[in-house]
Amino acid sequence: MTYIAKPKLHHPGLPTNKLGFTRRDYEGRISTLCAGCGHDSISAALVQACFELDIAPHRVAKLSGIGCSSKTPDYFLGQSHGFNSVHGRMPSVLTGASMANRDLIYLGVSGDGDSASIGFGQFAHCMRRGVNMVYICENNGVYGLTKGQFSATADKGSKAKGGAVNSDSAIDLASLALLMGASFVARSFSGDKKQLVPLIKAAIAHKGSAVLDVISPCVTFNNHAGSTKSFDFVRDHNEAVNKLDFVPPEKEITVDYEPGTTEVVRQHDGSFLKLAKLHSDYDPSDRVAALTYLQERAAAGEVVTGLLYIDATAPDLHEHLGTVDAPLNRMNEKELCPGADMLETINAEYR
Amino acid sequence: MQPISAVNDFVVKFANVNGSGSASANELFARSVLRMGVPVASRNIFPSNIQGLPTWYEVRVSGDGWLGRRGGVDLMVAMNPQTWDKDLAEIDKGGYLLYDSTKPIPASRFRKDLTLLPVPLTDICNHAYSDPRQRQLFKNIIYVGVLVFALDMDLAAVKWLIAEQFESKKKLIAPNLQALDFGYDYAREHLLGICGLKVKRQDKVGDRIFIGGNDAAGLGAVYGGATVCAWYPITPSTSLAEAFTKHCKRFRVDPATKKNKFAILQAEDEIAAIGMVLGANWNGARAFTATSGPGISLMQELFGFSYYAEIPAVVFDIQRGGPSTGMPTRTQQSDLMLAAYSGHGDTKHVLLFPEDPREAFEFAAAAFDLAERLQTLVLVMMDLDIGMNDWLCKPLAWDKDRKYDRGKVMTAEELEAGKEFGRYLDVDGDAIPYRTLPGTHPTKGAYFTRGSSHDRYARYSEDGGVYVEVMQRLLQKFETAKSLVPKPVLHKAKEPAKFGAIYFGSTSAAMGEALAALDDHGLHIDALRVRAFPFSEEVVEFINAHEQIFVVEQNRDAQLQKMIVNECAIDPARFISILHYDGTPVTARFIIKAIADRVNVGKAREAAE
Ligand SMILES: Cc1ncc(C[n+]2csc(CCOP(=O)(O)OP(=O)(O)O)c2C)c(N)n1
Ligand code: SF4
Ligand SMILES: [Mg+2]
Repeated sequence: MTYIAKPKLHHPGLPTNKLGFTRRDYEGRISTLCAGCGHDSISAALVQACFELDIAPHRVAKLSGIGCSSKTPDYFLGQSHGFNSVHGRMPSVLTGASMANRDLIYLGVSGDGDSASIGFGQFAHCMRRGVNMVYICENNGVYGLTKGQFSATADKGSKAKGGAVNSDSAIDLASLALLMGASFVARSFSGDKKQLVPLIKAAIAHKGSAVLDVISPCVTFNNHAGSTKSFDFVRDHNEAVNKLDFVPPEKEITVDYEPGTTEVVRQHDGSFLKLAKLHSDYDPSDRVAALTYLQERAAAGEVVTGLLYIDATAPDLHEHLGTVDAPLNRMNEKELCPGADMLETINAEYR
Repeated sequence: MQPISAVNDFVVKFANVNGSGSASANELFARSVLRMGVPVASRNIFPSNIQGLPTWYEVRVSGDGWLGRRGGVDLMVAMNPQTWDKDLAEIDKGGYLLYDSTKPIPASRFRKDLTLLPVPLTDICNHAYSDPRQRQLFKNIIYVGVLVFALDMDLAAVKWLIAEQFESKKKLIAPNLQALDFGYDYAREHLLGICGLKVKRQDKVGDRIFIGGNDAAGLGAVYGGATVCAWYPITPSTSLAEAFTKHCKRFRVDPATKKNKFAILQAEDEIAAIGMVLGANWNGARAFTATSGPGISLMQELFGFSYYAEIPAVVFDIQRGGPSTGMPTRTQQSDLMLAAYSGHGDTKHVLLFPEDPREAFEFAAAAFDLAERLQTLVLVMMDLDIGMNDWLCKPLAWDKDRKYDRGKVMTAEELEAGKEFGRYLDVDGDAIPYRTLPGTHPTKGAYFTRGSSHDRYARYSEDGGVYVEVMQRLLQKFETAKSLVPKPVLHKAKEPAKFGAIYFGSTSAAMGEALAALDDHGLHIDALRVRAFPFSEEVVEFINAHEQIFVVEQNRDAQLQKMIVNECAIDPARFISILHYDGTPVTARFIIKAIADRVNVGKAREAAE
C-alpha cells in the first residue's frame, strides 16, 4: 500500500491557496493500490493541480469505471462527490451528470481496459459529443485488477510477465480521441509530474472533451523488460513535443516569447496556455498534423507526450443541446410543469 | 346468406400497403365515428418494414363502449392485392367487401356470402389527378368518402375534421374535401341501400379523448418534471422519446432566451442510455429512457447498480413480442419477470402497469415521484397495444396544486446545521436513507457512490455483516414501496363470486367486456386489476377471498402469476392461467372462451357462443 499521508491536523505552516485550503484538503482516503503504482502518482498530480487552481473541491464531480485506475477517485478530492460506476460506462454516466448540472467540473477517470476494450464505444461517443470533461485514461497496457491480462493498448509484440506475446494491434487512445473530435488531446507519463500537472490544469480549464492519455506503469504486472508501458521504456523513448505553462485567467501574461518557439493559447475561461515548443514544427492547432505526427513517431518507436491538439473555441455538448444557462437539476414544478389549465387545452386537441 | 346488419356494433378493417399514406385517412375515419358520439377502438397491425409490406388498421365501432379488440371483421376495405385472399377469408359470414374495381377480378376470387362494395378507385383518381403521388394519397380519402355514405355517417362532421386537421396547411383542405366528395357521390349513385352496417349518432363519447400511450407518456414525463432523456431507437418505444421531444419543444423552451429547459440525447446504445439516466438522476435531475425488450436485456447491469447504490431512475418498457428480436411490431406482456428481477445478484425493481394512455400519462409522472422517494429504479411497463395505438380514454388530469415529491435530499442548510449525514443510514425507520447532490456543501455531505459493497456511510467494506445489513434494509425498503405504489382496482361481480380473476395493463379493455358478458350469463367473477409490483396486501386478500383465481396475461409463461406465487407465498394450485400470446391484443371472445373451457358450466358456454 502506498499512502498519500493524511494527518488529522494540518501543520500551521502548510501553504494555503486562495480559498484557504491546503494541499491536504484535496486528498482523499488512503490508497489501496500497490506501492509504486503509477496511478497513485496521477492522483497526486490531480491533487496538486486542483490545489493550485484554487478549485472548491465540492464543485468537482469525480466519475470512474472499474479497475485499479477507476478506484483512484476515492483517493483524491475527499470533499467531492464520487461515482464509481460499472466497467466501461463512466463516459455515459458522466454525460448524464453533465446534462443535469452544467456548473460542476467533471473528472472522468478510467483505465485502458475500461476505455479501450469494454468501454471503447462510450469513449468514442463522448468525444464526438463534446462533453465538457477531463477524461484521464490511466494507461498501463494491462488489466491490473484482474491480474495482468493484456489490454487493447498493449503494443503488438509486447511480452506479458508470464512470457505470452501480444499478437493484436494496439489501440492508440490519443489518436482515437483526435479522430473522434476531442477538442483537447494530450499524452503524458505518470512519473513526469512537471509535465502532467500543467496538462491537468489546462484540461480542467478547457471547455469540451479534454483527453489525457497518461502512461502509468503497473509495477506488479507490467513493469518488466519487454513491456512498452514500463517506467524504463517510457523514460528512454519519451518524445515531448512541447512544454506547457498554465496561466490562470486573472494573471496577465507578461512572458515575452520568441516567435517560432513559444505559442500562447487563450481558453474559454480566459486562462492562457503558454507552450514552449521543443519542436519548432509542432503545431497543436492542427488535428490532421497531430495525427500524422503521432503515427510517424510511433513508427520510429517513440512515445510522443505533451499537448498534442487543442481547439479552444470548439462548442461543447450544452451548446449543441441549446440548454438554458441554469442547471437543469435545480428547476422545480413552476419552471417545468405546463400546469392544469394547459392540460385542458391539450385534452381539447385530442377530441 | 343474410348480409350482416348492425348499428354501432361492427368492425371495419383496412388492408393497406405500408407507406401508401393510408394511415391518416384511416384515422380520419375513426375520428369521424367518434365525432358522432360513438366510441371506437382502433388498432394498427403493421410489419417491421418501411415500405411495401402489408399493414392493417382495425376500427371497432362499439356503441356499448367496449374498447378491446373484438375479433372478426364485418367490413373489409381490401386495398392490398398481396393479401387479398387472406383478407377475404377473415371477413365474418355475410360481411362486406369494399375494393378497387378498376381492373376486373375473376369471380373465383370472391366469396359468395359477401356483399360487395366495388368502387373504381384508381379510375376516379386517374381522371381527377395527374400527379402520381396525389393519385395514391387521395385514393385513401376517396374510400373514406364511400364509407361515410355507405355507413350513413355525418358528412358535415367529417368535413369539419378535415378542416381542423389541415388548419396549419390550409391549401390542403379543398383537395381533401373534393376527394371525400368523389367517394361519397360515387357511393350515392352506385351503392345506395347495399350496406347493412350503420353508424347512428349517440352521446357515448362525452369529454373523452383519443390519444396514443407513447404520446401520453411523453407528455406525462414533461408534466412530471423530467429534464433529461437519453434513448436508443427501438420499436415500439421510439415514439415515446419523440413525443417527449415534441412536447418539450412546445412547453419547455424559455421564451426570452429560446434556450431549452430539457436535454435529450440519442445515445449510442441502451447501455449508454441508462448510464446517462443514472448519471443525471444521481446529479438531481429527473431523467428517463424508453425502450423495449432487447434494450431492457442490455441495461441490466446498470439496473442492478441503481438498486444497490440507490439511484433513482425511470424506464419505460414498451413491450413487444419476444424472445430475442421476436415480433418487433406485435404486442405482448412478456418482460415482467425480466424487469422485476433484472440484474445479477438479489435485485428487485418497482414496476407500474398502466391500463391505457390516460394511466400511462398518470404513471409516467408518478414514476418520477416514486423513483426519487424510494431512490430506486421504477419501470413503467407499457406495451405496443397501449403505446402505438390511439385509445379512447378519460381526459388527462392534473391537480393544479400538485407538487413534485423530490424525496429525501439533504440540503446545504441542514448539513450546516449539523444534521448527521450517512448516505445509507436509515434515520426515519422506513429504510429510505438521505442523499446529497454533488456540489451541495464545501466540506460536508460528500460521499462516494459505488456498486461494490458498502457500509452505511458509503465506505467500501467486505465485511459480511455490514453487507447483510444493507441488503436487509433494501428488502425493508421494498416493503415501504408496497404502500406507495398505485393500489389494485377491484371490480365486483353482480353477485357473490367464488371465482376471482387477476389481470393488468392493456388486458383491461377486453377483460371488462368479458366479465360483463359472463356476469350477464350468470357466471360471476370478481376481478382485480393489479397496477404495480411489489404487490400490496390487497392482492393477497383478494386471492384468499376466492376459491379459484384466473390470471389473464399476454405471455406464454404466466409471468405475473408466478411472481404472485413467489412473492405472496400462495399455492400455485389456486390459479388457472389464461394466456394469450400470439402478438395480437387479447379479445373478450378469447377470454370468455378460455374461461368457459376451464369451468365448463353451461352458462359460461352460453356466453362464449
Ligand atoms: C462487466 C465486467 N466484466 C469484467 C469485469 C472484471 N474486471 C474488473 S477490472 C477489469 C479490467 C480493468 O483494466 P483497466 O481498465 O486497464 O484498469 P487497471 O486495473 O489496469 O487500472 C476487468 C476485466 C467487471 N468488473 N465487469
Ligand atoms: S495491479 Fe498494477 S495497476 Fe493495479 S494497483 Fe497494482 S500496480 Fe497498480
Ligand atoms: Mg489497465
